[in-house]
Amino acid sequence: MEGITTTYNVKDTLLKLFDDNVARISSNNPVEIAEMRQKAIAVFAQKGFPNTKLEKWRNTDLSKVLNHDFTFPLKADTRNVDIEKIFRCDVPGFNTYMVAQLNGWFIDRGEILSQAAKGVVVCSLAEAFTKYPDLIKTHFGKYAPFADNALTALNTAFAQDGVFIYVPDNVEVTETIQMVNLIHSDDGVFVQPRNLVIVGKNSSLRLVQCDDSVDDQVGFINSVTEVVLAENGILDHYKLQNKNDRSALINSIYFHLEAGANLSTNAISLNGGLIRNEANVLLNGRGAHADILGVYLMDRNQHIDNQVFVDHAMPDCTSNEMFKGILDDHASGVFNGHILVRQDAQRTNAYQNNKNILISDKAVIDTKPFLEIYADDVKCSHGATVGQLDSEAMFYLRSRGIGMENARMLLMYAFAAEIINKISIPQLQLRIDDLVKKRLRGELSVCDQCVLHCNSREQKVAFEIDMSKI
Amino acid sequence: MLSIKNLRVSINGKEILRGINLEVRPGEVHAIMGPNGTGKSTLASVIAGRDIYDITEGEILFKGKNLLDMAIEERASEGIFLGFQYPVEIPGVSITNFMRTAVNEQRKYRGLDPMPANEFLAKMEEKKQLLEIQAKLANRSVNEGFSGGEKKKNEIFQMAMLEPSLAILDETDSGLDIDALKIVAAGVNKLRKADNAFLVITHYQRLLEYIVPDIVHVLYDGRIVRSGGKELAVELEEKGYEWIKAEIA
Repeated sequence: MEGITTTYNVKDTLLKLFDDNVARISSNNPVEIAEMRQKAIAVFAQKGFPNTKLEKWRNTDLSKVLNHDFTFPLKADTRNVDIEKIFRCDVPGFNTYMVAQLNGWFIDRGEILSQAAKGVVVCSLAEAFTKYPDLIKTHFGKYAPFADNALTALNTAFAQDGVFIYVPDNVEVTETIQMVNLIHSDDGVFVQPRNLVIVGKNSSLRLVQCDDSVDDQVGFINSVTEVVLAENGILDHYKLQNKNDRSALINSIYFHLEAGANLSTNAISLNGGLIRNEANVLLNGRGAHADILGVYLMDRNQHIDNQVFVDHAMPDCTSNEMFKGILDDHASGVFNGHILVRQDAQRTNAYQNNKNILISDKAVIDTKPFLEIYADDVKCSHGATVGQLDSEAMFYLRSRGIGMENARMLLMYAFAAEIINKISIPQLQLRIDDLVKKRLRGELSVCDQCVLHCNSREQKVAFEIDMSKI
Repeated sequence: MLSIKNLRVSINGKEILRGINLEVRPGEVHAIMGPNGTGKSTLASVIAGRDIYDITEGEILFKGKNLLDMAIEERASEGIFLGFQYPVEIPGVSITNFMRTAVNEQRKYRGLDPMPANEFLAKMEEKKQLLEIQAKLANRSVNEGFSGGEKKKNEIFQMAMLEPSLAILDETDSGLDIDALKIVAAGVNKLRKADNAFLVITHYQRLLEYIVPDIVHVLYDGRIVRSGGKELAVELEEKGYEWIKAEIA
């Protein structure tokens, strides 16, 4: 059955929904988790949805995207879904182990992970609640504090399904895990996927997290992902976002890094009515390192908000943030980079940069670096730029005979390339590169398919940069 | 080929060029010399079409067409090339793709089909060998992380690929050591033909030992104050610009 449709107040509806369904939501949970849900719903009841009076939400207004009729799928879609029919990933030579979620619910496609024998687990969170209660008790909700975050609290209260990944110590996962979160519904859905990723000591994982719309329906996604990297664990993580203009996506990720762990996370936002990425990185052991990267290409009335919080809690850690964005038409953007260097975190090296190009004079970016430093032996730097396309560079390209439109595209592409070049999976880099070019040419609006699956092949245009090696 | 008549140019209300007259015929190499800040680079930019200047008077004809009516890219497709004093870096775009885009846009302007890939690659190879450029340059992003010498060599390479009828080289010698200068000059000399022309802008006579000009002009305070043969460059080197300043005072 479906949840409740509302025309009045989403908050009240959710609170009632929780009360009515709490037994079912918590049914297969360890008791600690059931208690956690109660605390979490209390936080949400008290705070409600964030509004623009809050400093961190000053420039991102949820009131419009919440003002819809939603259904709340509290159970898996029981329709016989043929995922292959609505979605197919065609990155050439990109062999991933794909886990799909439809409207927040895991779809078991019966595929076997080649390294399952080594103890690597990829399954639904719902399954993990019953099969791996010890891992759940140890990790679930431990990295995503919700006392100050109403949306994370809301997700924690309702979290029923999502992806659970467990990599034991000393395993290099050779397959790239691709999480595809599809929204496909006849009416507007409010979904809250919850993912938990545990990477053991000296282990490594590559994870691609795709958020896609399959139709142009209204949707509100409040997604929370917890990631823990044990000592010397390595994670190479990508977020690809290609949502329709009527959707709102809140993507909160909490990374917890122990000593010597190494994280690279790259948020690539190509389309979406409202996208807010919250990346929280806790460097909790000596020598941990995090690269937090992002590129966003927004136009029309789209809104992108990247919130990055890097917590240097231990000595000798390094972090490197670089976000680049191009905003056209009436698009608006927010970048808020907060670096906290605690007293013990001596010899911290933290770098932060946000660069933006505004194509139209109606596009807006609000960028705010925030360094909070309590240690004395620290190297920290930050920068933010907002500009137009460089007129000297335009002159250079046009002086070679390249027309104005193509010169603009080349320069926009060149601007984004710095981030794209950092994608370490070659096939993925090629594909993203291709998508960015399409996006800049206006050929990638709302793909009916996954961000990685575009039916419309490259159109013939005078300007083309192809990366084929010649 | 190029005919500039009484060209007056200002920027932000300040007059930089104050009545330039210049005739360049096919096969000729002209050198424009002069102290810093006298308008040499402005003249180069105005011919190429940079749109930050106000043309207050005069005309520029190129092969009989009014250049001032054309967009930057049209001028390029008509056969004008500007070698930049400070070439711009374009990360993420390889020289190969950059040049293929440029060559094909120019061909489109002239009503030609895009150059087939194999033909284009053969041409790249030929020009690289002609200019003694290492193969690896072509796969790097345009000017990104290039040394000063590499950037200038890359300008000459682009010139070779685009085969302009008029090439303007704006202080190509600045920032080059003598070996790089020789390579750049040798490249220019190999590309000299009866039907193309060069406008070489330089502060020093040094470059003109390797690219021997037919005519030398001295630009001072927005005007060409003296023109002569290649010996004028030598004289300037010996006597310095003070000599010219004193003469016209």
